[in-house]
Amino acid sequence: MSHPRHFNLLARVLHWTMAVAILAMLFVGAAMVVSLRYREVLIDLHRPLGLAILLLAIVRLANRLRHPPPPLPADLPRIQAMAATASHWLLYGLMFAMPIIGWAMLSAGAYPVELFSGVHLPPILPHSPVLYGFLRPLHGVLAYVLFFTILAHLGAALFHAWIRRDGVFEQMSTGGKPE
Amino acid sequence: MTTPTPQRGSLVFLVPIVLIVSLLALAFAWVGGWFGGKGVTPQAMANTAEASGSPQPGFRRAHSKGICIVGTFEPTPAAAQLSTARVFAQASTPVLGRFSNPGNDPHAPDNKAAVRGMGLQLKTDDGQEWRMAMNSFPFFASSTPEGFQAMNVARLPDPASGKPDPEKMKAVLAQHPEIANFMAWAKSAPTPDSLANTRFNGVNAFRLVDRQGRERAVRWSMRPHTPFVAADPERLKNAGRDFLAADLDRRLAEGPLKWDMVMQFAAPGDPIEDPSKPWPDTRPETRVGTLTLVRAEAQAGGPCFDLNFDPLILPKGIVATDDPVLHARSAVYSESFNRREREISRGQARIGSAQ
Repeated sequence: MSHPRHFNLLARVLHWTMAVAILAMLFVGAAMVVSLRYREVLIDLHRPLGLAILLLAIVRLANRLRHPPPPLPADLPRIQAMAATASHWLLYGLMFAMPIIGWAMLSAGAYPVELFSGVHLPPILPHSPVLYGFLRPLHGVLAYVLFFTILAHLGAALFHAWIRRDGVFEQMSTGGKPE
Repeated sequence: MTTPTPQRGSLVFLVPIVLIVSLLALAFAWVGGWFGGKGVTPQAMANTAEASGSPQPGFRRAHSKGICIVGTFEPTPAAAQLSTARVFAQASTPVLGRFSNPGNDPHAPDNKAAVRGMGLQLKTDDGQEWRMAMNSFPFFASSTPEGFQAMNVARLPDPASGKPDPEKMKAVLAQHPEIANFMAWAKSAPTPDSLANTRFNGVNAFRLVDRQGRERAVRWSMRPHTPFVAADPERLKNAGRDFLAADLDRRLAEGPLKWDMVMQFAAPGDPIEDPSKPWPDTRPETRVGTLTLVRAEAQAGGPCFDLNFDPLILPKGIVATDDPVLHARSAVYSESFNRREREISRGQARIGSAQ
């Protein structure tokens, strides 16, 4: 099986779009829970953006399974290669888990899951204080896990780009190495 | 596959990498309020409400004592002219609500409740929701959440004397003079002898949006059909702990209780974003519907208990104004809801014993 040199165009577009969307989402989420004045406007952005991320994650996973990513350099230490693989699947897991938990917790809290004025998603859980009281803190904790995983991912990407200079960063940046 | 050995970069590049990652982490921590105080937060306000009494896990941080209520809402024909909200077009909408007493003690005697609350949830057949949180006071204590928070902090008992420090309240009144109006109202206003004859006011302003997209700033109120009777202060002193619930049950056994929902319209120049300033009684008003309550039940195990009557859950056709108190209420109710549902989830709540 021949391996591509870089991620396909769809993967790269999705990666950078979702990078912006997910970082924006994390900052919106962190700000809205401590804001007395802007909770409404922030949460009105948080819900549709969360659903958009979930839909993009589905497309991204399908694309990833159909188009295997380029291999990591053969000389990359085993521990780093393992960390890369583990963190990538953790990121995928959280991309799915965060929007689904958000939707589920609003359902369990008997909140309307409003996307835009007058447009609602159906609840995916029954009204349940026990479930809400579990899922709401989980949403917050996993948001921090996601944020720290992104920081590690960013640090590692820059390490590849500026120190190892092994072409890993270029696999995802728009340039890529000519085939 | 052979990989040509790349030209490695200097480890000095670790410096910008660590810098970029740290800056992002710092920005996140700052936005999340971990450092660099952002003034009053919903958490601080919920903490103050908690500090006003003993811990009551599983209960609302404020207006902890309450009764679930069930009924319907029927709009008047005039209502649909003012707002496209489905609730004003549909013949009848089921209502789930909650009467409440202020304070954080779910077992407090009713005769200590100077003000009362009414929360409502209206769900229409198109899946939209309208939640309201009204109060028996005609205007809010402060123009801003900061003023309200300062007042509540000043009311907390001083650790040394066990009583609130009057000097602190004086300082708050100097900074937020509008609070004096509320205190004067609380001192002089007669308390109704029943929930059935209590008027409830939305206090915060909203905008109704009609079919032409025209917006009108309004404040709404629920005006009881049951005639007002002031509670006799002497009888109030000896009233039973839960006399309001007993009275409500007795009246509902005789028949439904009704309130008119009335919209008051702002005139140009009226303070829309300051809930401490009532608009003159001479402003035009329109009756938009009738609230009919048919049943009440204890909040413990009742359908209203685990519902957040967030006043910013609005249907299409009704939008919030920039009233800062309105937005703060939504934020603090959410914090209170998160805390109490977590306590229930962890098995820390003892709700069964509540009235």
